[in-house]
Amino acid sequence: MKIGVVVFPGSNCEYDALNAVQSLGVEAEFIWHTNTDVEGFDGVILPGGFAHGDYLRPGAIARFSPVMEAVARFASSGGAVLGICNGFQVLTEAGLLPGALQKNAGLTFLCQPTTLVVESTASVLTRGATKGQELVVPINHFSGAYTCDDATLASLEANDQIVLRYTQNPNGSRDDIAGVRNVEGNVVGLMPHPERAMSTLLGSADGRVLLEGFVRAPVGAH
Amino acid sequence: MNYPVIVDVTLRHGIADPEGATIERALPALGFTGVTNMRAGKSFRMDIDAESESAALEKAAALAQRLLSNPVIENASARSGAKG
Repeated sequence: MKIGVVVFPGSNCEYDALNAVQSLGVEAEFIWHTNTDVEGFDGVILPGGFAHGDYLRPGAIARFSPVMEAVARFASSGGAVLGICNGFQVLTEAGLLPGALQKNAGLTFLCQPTTLVVESTASVLTRGATKGQELVVPINHFSGAYTCDDATLASLEANDQIVLRYTQNPNGSRDDIAGVRNVEGNVVGLMPHPERAMSTLLGSADGRVLLEGFVRAPVGAH
Repeated sequence: MNYPVIVDVTLRHGIADPEGATIERALPALGFTGVTNMRAGKSFRMDIDAESESAALEKAAALAQRLLSNPVIENASARSGAKG
């Protein structure tokens, strides 16, 4: 089991993600964004930060980094892909997850703990959690308001693709959505940072159940 | 030939625009009343080497769709940037 953490110019949570995975006893390595394959990895994390300066829109330039074609191939063959914060924004821009992330409703940068509810356990991120479980995980973003049209929201609900919701909506996200998955469940994105909730000493260890699920041996072959 | 082109990117109808709303709320304090439906957007100016202006606009529309806008939440349109 080896996890790859993609590093774009402007990523800033790659060490947190790497250390979090390694603290679970799993091998992890960085993948530079110009790589054209993700061979040898059993899971890929797109970490938080400000890839390519967030110029144009968060994730808009990063989605055209060479590594993203490899990530798309990996995802379509069933590989586990997790986008955290900026990584979630990149996945929506790349069309690997539905919807988009907009500026927070209050137009303020938010850096605070949030309480999440696990809405679906049918994803590589939440398969170790239980439905209805509450998790305290911090957010750290300016553009975290999940947005989608009515038809997309209806299909998200119909397909059980809403993975996590906020108990108290901090940013104006539609339907309190904090994280979504693709239909298959092998691609997940969320705005909160589970890699920053790995130790009670630092406020919360509730991110562990999420990342432990993610680093578990892949269900499908790829 | 080089054609000046402007691409306007605006949020789709129905997509919340906290920036536009905040600007609108600031206006009455400055004495500007009666301003509603404020929507913030972006414009991009560029020169495009093409056979004709319509070809330049077509290219601008394509690149606006691919990169300058996120079609999930935004509309993009290209227009001539020539000073009339």
